[in-house]
Order: sequence, then C-alpha cells, then structure tokens
Amino acid sequence: MDYSQFLALKQEIGLLIVFLLVFLYDTFCSPKAAKSVPVIACVLMAAVTAFGFWQSCQPATSAFAGMYFSSPVIVAIKNILNVGALIVLIQSLKWANSEFTSIRRGEFYELILLTLFGMYLMISSRHFLMFIIGLETASLPLCALVAFDKHRYESHEAAIKYVLTAVFSSAVLLMGLSFVYGIAGTLYYQGIASAIHGNMGVMLAVALAFVISGFGFKISLVPFHLWTADVYQGAPTSVTSYLSVISKGSAAFAFLVVLTTVFGSVYEAAWEWMLYGLIILTITIGNLFAMRQKNMKRFLAFSSISQAGYIMLAIVGNNGMGVSALMFYTLVYIFSNLAAFGVIGAIENATGKIEMTDYNGLYKTNPRLSVTMMLAMFSLAGIPPFAGFFSKFFVFTSTLNGTDSTALYVLVLIALINTIISLYYYLLVVKAMFINDSENPIATFRSACSERLGMWICVAGIIGLGIVSYFYDYLLTVVA
Amino acid sequence: MDITLIWYLVPSLVMFCCGVYGFLTRRNMIAMLVSLELMLNAVDINFVVFNRYLFPTSMEGWMFTLFGIAIAAAETALAIAIIINLFRVSKNIDVRDATKMKN
Repeated sequence: MDYSQFLALKQEIGLLIVFLLVFLYDTFCSPKAAKSVPVIACVLMAAVTAFGFWQSCQPATSAFAGMYFSSPVIVAIKNILNVGALIVLIQSLKWANSEFTSIRRGEFYELILLTLFGMYLMISSRHFLMFIIGLETASLPLCALVAFDKHRYESHEAAIKYVLTAVFSSAVLLMGLSFVYGIAGTLYYQGIASAIHGNMGVMLAVALAFVISGFGFKISLVPFHLWTADVYQGAPTSVTSYLSVISKGSAAFAFLVVLTTVFGSVYEAAWEWMLYGLIILTITIGNLFAMRQKNMKRFLAFSSISQAGYIMLAIVGNNGMGVSALMFYTLVYIFSNLAAFGVIGAIENATGKIEMTDYNGLYKTNPRLSVTMMLAMFSLAGIPPFAGFFSKFFVFTSTLNGTDSTALYVLVLIALINTIISLYYYLLVVKAMFINDSENPIATFRSACSERLGMWICVAGIIGLGIVSYFYDYLLTVVA
Repeated sequence: MDITLIWYLVPSLVMFCCGVYGFLTRRNMIAMLVSLELMLNAVDINFVVFNRYLFPTSMEGWMFTLFGIAIAAAETALAIAIIINLFRVSKNIDVRDATKMKN
C-alpha cells in the first residue's frame, strides 16, 4: 500500500490534529487553565482556515482507489465551511464560559470540530461507503450538541427529535443506496454513473426517490422539514447557528455532487421534476410559516427552510454555473445568518429574552445591535447592495443558464414572488426594532468582545461580498 | 424449489415498511427506536442479498453491511443516551408529551 496517498487528505489531517490537540489539552490541563480551551480552539481553527486557503491552488488529487477526491472546487467549499465554523466558534466564546456550560466547554469545541471533519469526508467522498461514514460522523455529534444544555428541558426535547429524524433519514437514504447498489453492482460514483447511463427503470426511480428524501431530511426541505423548528428552538443558540448554516451548506453541496455525478444522466427523466416540486413547496411553505412565528429562533428556522429552497435552485439547473452559485449562496448565507444569530445570542446571553416582541424599541437602547440585525435581515431578504441580493441573483441566473424550458422560468418566477413575501417577515423584525415602542425595552448592555468580533466579521462579509465582485469571480474560475 | 432474489427482497421490504409504520405510529420512544433498527436491518439484508445473487465476485455489499451495522449501533447508543436524559428531566418517554415547544 502506498502510504503517501494520505498526504492527499491534508485538510482532514490538519483538522484531526486540531481536534486531538484541543481534546488532549482539555483532558489534561489544570482546572484553572481550562478557561483558555475556547480561545485555543478558535486560534487553532483559524490556523486550519488559513492552511485551507494556502491549499487552494493544489491540483485535483484522488486517493484510496478513488474513494477520496479533492479538487480546487472542493477545497473552496471546505474553506467556506471553515470560515463559517470559525465565526460560530468565536461567537460561542461567551456562552461556553457561562455558568452552566463552563464545566464541559471543551466538549462543545471537540464535537464541533468532529462534525466538521465528517462534513469534509462527506464532501470529498467519491464512494458511498465513505459518504455514509462522513454523513454519520457529521450528524451524530450534532445530536449530542443539540442536547448540550442539560439543565434545560427544551434542549432534550429538541435532541430526541433531532436524533430520531436523523436516524430515520439515514435509514431512508441507505435503503435508496441499497437499490442503487442492486442496479449498478458498485458504490463508486463513477461506476454507478456508467452503469445507469441514462437507463431509467422503476428500480432507479424508487432508489432516487429514497435518496432525495433522505437528503431532504438533512437539508430540511418541505415535506421533510417537521423537525427543523423544534430543534432550532430547543438547541443552544450557538449550536442552532452551526446547524443552520454549516450543516446545511455541506449537505447541500454533497447533494449537488451526488445528483450531478451519480445521477447526472437521468436529470431530465427523473430528478429535475422531483426537485422542482420540492423547491416550490419548500420556498412557499417555509415563507408562509415564517410569517406567524413569534420566537426569533423558530422564525429563523422557517426562514432557513425557505433559504434551503433557494439553495436547491442552484442544483435544479444542473450546470457548472450552479456549483459556483451554490457555493456563493452558502458563503453569503453563512455571513447573514450568523450575524442574525450573533445578535440573538448576544441578547439571549445578556438578558435571556428571545421573543420578537422583546425586540421592540431595541434601536433606542442598543443601536449597534439593531443595525447589525437590520443588515442581516436585508441580506437574507435580498435587498441590494447587500450580499444577499447577489447570491439570489446568481442562483436564479444559474437555474436559467442555457435553458429554454418554460417550466424553469415559472419556477424562478415563483421563487421571485416568494422573495417579496419573505421581505414582509424580515422587515417585521426591523419594524419591531426601529419603529415599535416598548414600555420596558431591553436595557442597554455591552456585548462580550468575542461576540462583537464575530458580528464585525459577519457585517464585513455582508457588505464586502455585496460590493466586491472578486469572490464570485474566484468561485467561477475555480469551477470552470 | 429455488430460493431466488425475490424471496429475500420482499421480506426486507416488508421489514422496512413495518419500520416506517412503527416509527410513525408508536408513541413510546424506545419502540420508535426499535422500528428504526428494523429499517436499518432491512437495508443490511438488501445489501447482502444483492451482493450474493447479483455480484458474487465482489465484496462491496458485505463490507457496506458491516459498516452499516456499526453505524446503526452507534446511532442507537446515542439515541438511548438522549432518551435517558429526557427521562431524567421529565420522567416520561411518551412522544405525545414532548411537545412543550409548540406555539
């Protein structure tokens, strides 16, 4: 065996080393020194992120008989996830040092690093065995993370809902894969693709339906979204933010890879129409339910459901531009959503308030937080010149790139109408903060240094990605 | 009488459907977990049988089954840990009562 092929897994190994360092330090350091575990984790994570950017010019490589594959595109999506995870880690510093959490704060960072490792494997795999292992490595620690707040009942309820749906969706996905194996006789992506070769049979249709529903649970597409709101509400806010951007972004990218490389030849015959229906349902129902939410975390849960529908628009076009549009959308979504969760987390840590009515009159007492939240909402809704507008624009363009199918135009029209509907509920939050009066608004407070740093990065991302075209150009050249 | 592929596929599909039905109708979380195990085991049967009957020269399906069993065990352990935690907090593992967050 050629051991030098392990070198192809540079990023994974780097992340694993960071995990081991944090784990060993957390286990063996004195209780006094344990206070610095979160800071060490953040610094090491920043090092991994920098290493990832340094790796971005490496040529495409594969290892382990083609099971593992890495290319500039995959390095780019890993870098995007790294940035998001780094922001989540920074923002959670205060929460990790709070009274109830500090006793096991190391576990939070270790589990987050482990899930990120699983997502790396999931994205890089070109064989379904490796893919499933990556998927489970990503989702099992997340279940434990959702149950992290042991003193809160809601955390346990969310965790049991999450673990049961996660296992259920894995079982459905595995059932689909077993049929795919029955058709192709191999689990390599390329092998399956050449075995299918455009032959649409009943068995393949069933397999595809199972696979798409399995992924639908992971990305929380309607009608597989029922777990989302409860889990997002019950989980600790740091975990919710991680769940809503990093976990979703990586699953969406893996979904794209599986659909285009494995099932690319039956695009028009099968999955274009399955996704078509799912997208319309996801965007519309996500929006309609988001309108009537009072709890901010629940509200963002439904908002993230409808955002998942927009991400799927980049897949349904099945072209190269969709890949770059999806990556750019994930990047922008990371910044906008983490800015919103940063504000929610800061307010929750300081006052424990989480309802939308609590935000009434926030601008008068905490103007900076309000403006951050407003920018996040504008970006999520897609108002120019903020980044959210361009990410939506590129996603719509990629759907229609090089097609003259009327159905896809109708799909984009429906998505556009939904963008306007979403503007309503995003502006509800802005209205609560800036216009509504409150008799006892949230008192003026100064959020922790780490939280401010996280929010500054997010705001810089929201504005910078909207104005500077370099990032999207870079993603386009990487894909091409 | 020849035992062909279909003799295995039908029971595994029935197992899978029983698992889905049980998962959706059972109210006790442990029973739901049992249903999930049923679904995962149906998948394992499928892989083994496809490998044995259709592609006997390779071992990919069998290897996948081994990993599948390990993954199922890990999932069950985690789910049971969470159920025990929930039981400690609420003295109850009926899913109908785990609805405190609806609003």
